[in-house]
Amino acid sequence: MWTRFKRWFHQWGSPKGFYERSQRWGFWLGLAALILIPAGLVWGLLFAPQDYQQGHSFRIIYFHVPAAMLAQSAYVFMAVAGLVVLVWRMKVAEMMLKSAAPIGATFCFLALFTGAVWGKPTWGTWWVWDARLTSMLILLFLYMGVIALYGAIRDRQIAGRAASVLVLVGVINIPIIKYSVEWWNTLHQPATFKLTEKPAMPVEMWAPLALCALGIYACFAYCLLLRTRNEILEREKRTLWVRKLLTKEVESGV
Amino acid sequence: MNPVRKQRLAIIAFVLLGLAGAVALALYALSQNINLFFSPDQVVAGEAPVEQRMRLGGMVVEGSVLRASDSLKVQFDLTDYRGTVTVQYEGILPDLFREGQGIVAMGELNSDRVFQADEVLAKHDEKYMPPEISRALERTSQAAAGEEARPL
Repeated sequence: MWTRFKRWFHQWGSPKGFYERSQRWGFWLGLAALILIPAGLVWGLLFAPQDYQQGHSFRIIYFHVPAAMLAQSAYVFMAVAGLVVLVWRMKVAEMMLKSAAPIGATFCFLALFTGAVWGKPTWGTWWVWDARLTSMLILLFLYMGVIALYGAIRDRQIAGRAASVLVLVGVINIPIIKYSVEWWNTLHQPATFKLTEKPAMPVEMWAPLALCALGIYACFAYCLLLRTRNEILEREKRTLWVRKLLTKEVESGV
Repeated sequence: MNPVRKQRLAIIAFVLLGLAGAVALALYALSQNINLFFSPDQVVAGEAPVEQRMRLGGMVVEGSVLRASDSLKVQFDLTDYRGTVTVQYEGILPDLFREGQGIVAMGELNSDRVFQADEVLAKHDEKYMPPEISRALERTSQAAAGEEARPL
């Protein structure tokens, strides 16, 4: 088992292996996102029942919650990649970290934006400096910091390590986001879904939400693979296998 | 794992632990400032500042909302089931404002311990349900209450 895992890890860990293996995965993940997100959104926006207090405006949950979940998960993923970069100096992990940052930042922004749009009709304000909203804004700044670090440092190795350090330091913010609604008084309501308890929502409301969440994760994985593949081609363009691959594609007219 | 990697891992673990500890201490020290609002309980106990801008959060007491007939003035009581504070406000209340619902008001306590609010935000909880279910729940709870209240 362990040796198999190790072999699998090494295959995905080499740029060439990653490039070859990711094509098929990319196709299925993209397809899953393409089916799950529209299905979940149509179900949630058109067919799920409205809420007894908030009416139709609660439906923004079907985008807001998956986006916020993904923004945090993508950051945790980047932190793991950052750890691998710093300890094992793995090139592919560093490329994945770089590729994940703009996707995570996008979803983080979307979570904040949809939250503001939701806040106006339900709370009566676009923004309030409570612990949940503020820590989520810090997450967006951390994402931007990672992107800026990559832009500012020309040497790829140094840029990768600097970004890894930043990502690892910032990972402390993730439990703060998660527990902010329990540790402090906030305007944001506590979590509806907890691992240990039944969701505070009937199944006809959370089933479309689950579809949207799965779809957004598939979408993230798909975008991540695409961006990492690009990054690999860009960085390995002087290697023999990339040259061979590119000349083959040119000859076959792709 | 070779020794160099082990050492790097140990350094990262130590730095992260130290940082997490520092952040935890800082947040703990600041916890009173991070709380978005004071509770009515704190106001009653005299922990909230008087004649200073602050936020007050709690449940609107059922049957306590009084509206002026000729203006937008409204008065209601806020409670956290341990203390109760009267709030006065002039303006348009958010859609979700209703009795029994949580709100957060911004304003200041006057010397009579009445909270003069200039902004009222509605807080909603983490529970979602379709209106039919909520109506059905209400009916059953009313029926149960009715049976209890009926004199013998």
